[in-house]
Amino acid sequence: MNPFSSETRLRDMIRAIRACKTAAEERAVVRKECASIRAAVSDNDNDYRHRNLAKLMFIHMLGYPTHFGQMECLKLIAAPGFPEKRIGYLGLMLLLDERQEVLMLVTNSLKQDLNHTNQYIVGLALCALGNISSAEMARDLAPEVERLLQFRDPNVRKKAALCSIRIIKKVPDLAENFVNPVASLLKEKHHGVLLTAIQLCADLCTVSEEALEYFRKKCTEGLVKVLKDAVNSPYAPEYDISGISDPFLQIRLLRILRILGHGDADASDLMNDILAQVATKTESNKNAGNAILYECVETIMSIEDSGGLRVLAINILGRFLSNRDNNIRYVALNMLMKAISVDGQAVQRHRATILECVKDSDASIRKRALELVYLLVNETNVKPLTKELIDYLEVSDQDFKGDLTAKICSIVEKLSPEKIWYIDQMLKVLCEAGNYVKDEVWHGLIVVITNASNLHGYTVRSLYRAIQTSGDQEAVVRVAVWCIGEYGDLLVNNIGMLELEEPITVTENDTVDVIEVAIKHHTSDLTTRAMCLTALLKLSSRFPSCSQRIKDIVNQSKGSLLLELQQRSIEFDSIIEKHQNLRSALVERMPVLDEATYSGRRAGSLPAAVSTSQGNPLQIPNGVHKTAAPLLDLLDLSADDPAPQSSSSPNFLQDLLGGDILSSVSQSGTTQPQKSGADVLLDLLSTGSSLAQNGSSTADILLISQDNKNKTSVNALDSLSSPMANSAQSLPASSIMDLLDGFGPSPTVPNDNGPAYPPLVAFESSSLSLVFNFSKQPGSPHITQIEANFTNKSSDIYTDFIFQAAVPKFLQLHLEPASSNTLPGSGNGSITQKLRVTNNQHGKKSLVMRIRISYKLNNKDMLEEGQISNFPRDL
Amino acid sequence: MCVNQEDNELEILEIIQYFVETLNRYFGSVCELDLIFHFHQTYYILDEILIAGELQESSKTTVHRQIDAQDSLVEAAKEKENTVSYIIA
Repeated sequence: MNPFSSETRLRDMIRAIRACKTAAEERAVVRKECASIRAAVSDNDNDYRHRNLAKLMFIHMLGYPTHFGQMECLKLIAAPGFPEKRIGYLGLMLLLDERQEVLMLVTNSLKQDLNHTNQYIVGLALCALGNISSAEMARDLAPEVERLLQFRDPNVRKKAALCSIRIIKKVPDLAENFVNPVASLLKEKHHGVLLTAIQLCADLCTVSEEALEYFRKKCTEGLVKVLKDAVNSPYAPEYDISGISDPFLQIRLLRILRILGHGDADASDLMNDILAQVATKTESNKNAGNAILYECVETIMSIEDSGGLRVLAINILGRFLSNRDNNIRYVALNMLMKAISVDGQAVQRHRATILECVKDSDASIRKRALELVYLLVNETNVKPLTKELIDYLEVSDQDFKGDLTAKICSIVEKLSPEKIWYIDQMLKVLCEAGNYVKDEVWHGLIVVITNASNLHGYTVRSLYRAIQTSGDQEAVVRVAVWCIGEYGDLLVNNIGMLELEEPITVTENDTVDVIEVAIKHHTSDLTTRAMCLTALLKLSSRFPSCSQRIKDIVNQSKGSLLLELQQRSIEFDSIIEKHQNLRSALVERMPVLDEATYSGRRAGSLPAAVSTSQGNPLQIPNGVHKTAAPLLDLLDLSADDPAPQSSSSPNFLQDLLGGDILSSVSQSGTTQPQKSGADVLLDLLSTGSSLAQNGSSTADILLISQDNKNKTSVNALDSLSSPMANSAQSLPASSIMDLLDGFGPSPTVPNDNGPAYPPLVAFESSSLSLVFNFSKQPGSPHITQIEANFTNKSSDIYTDFIFQAAVPKFLQLHLEPASSNTLPGSGNGSITQKLRVTNNQHGKKSLVMRIRISYKLNNKDMLEEGQISNFPRDL
Repeated sequence: MCVNQEDNELEILEIIQYFVETLNRYFGSVCELDLIFHFHQTYYILDEILIAGELQESSKTTVHRQIDAQDSLVEAAKEKENTVSYIIA
């Protein structure tokens, strides 16, 4: 007998496949089988069709393509006998899915089978429909399924109920049809039907609001009663699972009660008793009992508050936490995270257990517990909790250290009560796990250190000690090197000692030693070495006696292959040698870095296009803000904290910028209803910037023109604003102010507050005159229609006449197309253009507009620009 | 086997246990080979327990009764035809 003909039994084929030793062998066997099946399919072989389909299903499970057998399924389903239908439907469910078009052909067979007399065939059809029906099939067959919800046989009813779930998922509009039948199904006694009806009810409630209301009113009491019966029912072997009678039904009931009670006080009242009973009476030594308790806790947390129940729930969770089974502890930690938002106090009571879980051997429990601890931390318990976490940091696994460090750092940062504690904790963390610490963390540390001026001595001494012990942690080295550079004199002279310190003797040479070691260490990377060079420069000024030695060390990096180091060493060397007079001014003590600015920028802005070389305050004279800029957050450290929305940075910007003119500068840089308006402004600014002498401002302004996006422009303006905030550097500011004033319109006395607004000569130049006529719709006082009239004062014709306008953020501008592009000369004609301005601050602020007019005169491009600020007040 | 986000995880464990126990009762000390060689019967049993991802019946005896009834239908049809081609496995 040919081993691969249809006469082979399924069993033999499976054995043959399993006997293959290599993948290639298996492929060969499968290929031969498929070939014979294909031959049988094309021969339309009736006898072995079901066997071939079974073989095909097995091959499909192995992962080979089997689309040629799809029609076989259909033929088997259409056959009259039960066995054929059975295997046909199974093939349908396995080989096809709802996306195949072949599925549509089955609809008719399904319809007939749904009306079959044999209840098992009806069951088969319902099963297939429930598992893979598509939306069209669902729509077609929904009436049949609805009818079957009231079939005489309970098995068919329960299958019909589950099938309806899929129908509703696919076609939510049909939900109303099922509401009534379900209400009657909920009164059944048969557990299977009840189970499925509850499921259907739950899905109906999620899909349709009206269904939810209906069930809430009509069925809540009934369901509570059913739950009571289920909980109190005596032992029934049929439904018993590890001593509990039908836990599945109880869980489903609890879930539907949760859906019904959520957000509704009355329904919640009805459930209180039974929930309390379930919570207290259910045994929890087996998984089934725990599953019920878990569902019960979830329900209690979701329905409306009734004090005592919540406490009960959290106690159950506490018990779960001390269970030995990992699954249960995981589930409890999950739930506690949700519970914190509801009742934080109660969760605090279990803090100790949760801390234990952080040290657990199972990785997912550790992670969950750590997140939970992070949520639990507040001002009162931050110190002991941090201590625990840092102690654990020493013994934790490598892969866990990263998470742990990040969380500790953000806790310390958010909640540290005083600076000295902050610095201490951070030092400990850095010494333990400095290599896992992200850049923003130690940047933040430096910001805090500069702010704590009384602690400078203490800090630098602690860092000195730290670098001796933990020199392998990169972050420690960097922070220490920076501090020693800054505050080296405090270190050597033991200035600013606090009572708890022991005096240490450090000579100037010792400090230079430390830095020399750091710079020569083979693991130091570019940033560290660069910082060391800078620190050496600072020390050469503070400790003139070591100048020569420092010079030698710096010179060693002159030949470095890394550009940054080479550049720095050459520059610093020349400073040390030739520019002694400059040196002390250059390396003066760093001004205090503004914490508010730093944390405001961290929380949601992107890095500005400024040089991000860290720890290098010397490059740019106005050290304060430019150094703060590199400390920008690249990635938000505290993932759990919702980062303040980007809208906060423009507000923050508003505070920095103040002044109306600048506010319109920033606002128009951000959102504009018309891009042309923004271009007007940008061009205005860029022509102004050629007057500016601070080259970096130009770079920033051009940054605006390249990228109109919200954040980048905000940040560019940020750096633009910083020279402005710095009073010594008001030059670019004044140049911009001059620019804005320079194009001021010829003052026309504004007519005051006439109810009919008189026409306004908005702009007048030697060649052009622009008059605005206003009108307002009754009933919308904040919207103004403006008709703009352009008149040509010269005798030449202007062609390609384009008018553009820009408005500040509180206004919205809509320009309609102009009447024409050509403006004939000598007032022989005019161009009209309609504008519509909506004033969101109507009554509080008056209109302000910047305009730009471009046209061609004798084929030469001309450009006129101006600002109109003499609009009538109450427009 | 995939579960929804809001499902009760502990209950899913129970359902798995339930399914395995049913298989055990049907095949008599079920092992992996049983599942491989009788995969279609395994699927039939699964179809009696879950549809559309939801639990269908919480009573093992009912599930058994259903499966037995359907198997006897198949047997009856086999008797009627009494041809080799009806023997799938």
